[in-house]
Amino acid sequence: MDSIITDSMIPKPFRIHRMLKETHDTYTIELESTNGADGFPFSSGQFNMVYVFGVGEVPISISGDPKTPKILKHTARSVGTVTKALLKLKSGDVLGVRGPFGSRWPVEESVGNDVILVAGGIGLAPLRPVLYSFISHRDKYGKIILLYGARTPEDLLYKKELEQWRGRFDLEVKVIVDSATGDWRGNVGVVTTLIPRIQFDPLHTVVMICGPEVMMRYTLKELQSRGVKNENIFVSMERNMKCGICLCGHCQFGPKFVCKDGPVFCYEHIKELLGKREI
Amino acid sequence: MQTLEPYLAEHPFLKGLDPRHLNIIVGCASNVSFDAEQYILHEGEEATNFYIIHQGKVALEIFTSDRGPITIQTIGEGDVLGWSWLIPPYHWHYDARAIEPTNAIALDAKCLRDKCEEDHDLGYELLKRFAHVITQRLEATRLQLLDVYGIH
Repeated sequence: MDSIITDSMIPKPFRIHRMLKETHDTYTIELESTNGADGFPFSSGQFNMVYVFGVGEVPISISGDPKTPKILKHTARSVGTVTKALLKLKSGDVLGVRGPFGSRWPVEESVGNDVILVAGGIGLAPLRPVLYSFISHRDKYGKIILLYGARTPEDLLYKKELEQWRGRFDLEVKVIVDSATGDWRGNVGVVTTLIPRIQFDPLHTVVMICGPEVMMRYTLKELQSRGVKNENIFVSMERNMKCGICLCGHCQFGPKFVCKDGPVFCYEHIKELLGKREI
Repeated sequence: MQTLEPYLAEHPFLKGLDPRHLNIIVGCASNVSFDAEQYILHEGEEATNFYIIHQGKVALEIFTSDRGPITIQTIGEGDVLGWSWLIPPYHWHYDARAIEPTNAIALDAKCLRDKCEEDHDLGYELLKRFAHVITQRLEATRLQLLDVYGIH
């Protein structure tokens, strides 16, 4: 047991293969192992602790395809000391990675159902691996719907892939932004307003939501008014993860720890906690 | 000739309305269509109609001198466009532009206001339904104002 804990606490060196600029403040970092390891198996929804040597460590969701784990992908936004330092790194630089940690999205459990992914802002990053899995097993699912909200058209992540996904006949992709100038021809408003515009079977639909908590709260309200069952709704929570292995308590969320019990939770299991002011 | 009644009777905004009231509304309704980029209404103009969007997409805009038109919301199939016709001085507060070819049902504002004055039950029913639309838009606007995707 002790050796497992020790192993989990030691960062493994990874070299930056490529930095892809997504928006003015957000990059996708592609990493490869420095020791030639075959890959980095993970489940969609999990996160890693990414260590910028000499600066610090930060939890970042894995945003790549679980089927191609040789290149490890993280999408990060420059908001704090560590992410600012992280996004100044360049190809060839080395950083540390611990993980993968946490729970996963219910990809296999959703087989046979309609599935709706609701993403807000950088919340699309932890949901991208799910979409990759759904697409690679397309015939196993009913409708696959992605609802994605962002601040402005310039803040949209994965623009090329969004265009590809929108071009498919077997996916329904709706994008909405909070504000836009005249040349934007897409939707403007909040992501919750997309929910009344989609058709799905509420009794056989699994929903996965990732974004700011207030967005998730209003999304839940809309889904409940459409008759989606709480046990079929999954949310990804964000807290201040530090150790990643449920030792330090930084990410405590009521009786749960986001690093181990989450970040993906079934809404039915946390409905009393979500929106509670003391937590 | 097919009337607009079957469509309006099933529309979520009017569903469940007393048939007598529905008949009055149908009497004030007409089919309209707009090309992409065509303005449906302009800020400051008299609000002579409101619209139930049947097909297409419409941008609600505010024009600013430095940034040009800014879209504050888009609405589409099934949505209701415009409530300034209900509230004096009956002038539009925003611009509305079709961003796709758009088909709608236009409801004559003067005709409906007169009918509502004559029949307060109809007026109350319509106000309740518009209050619901206005509440939804207000809630959405408040969420937009929170700038939830920004760095805080």
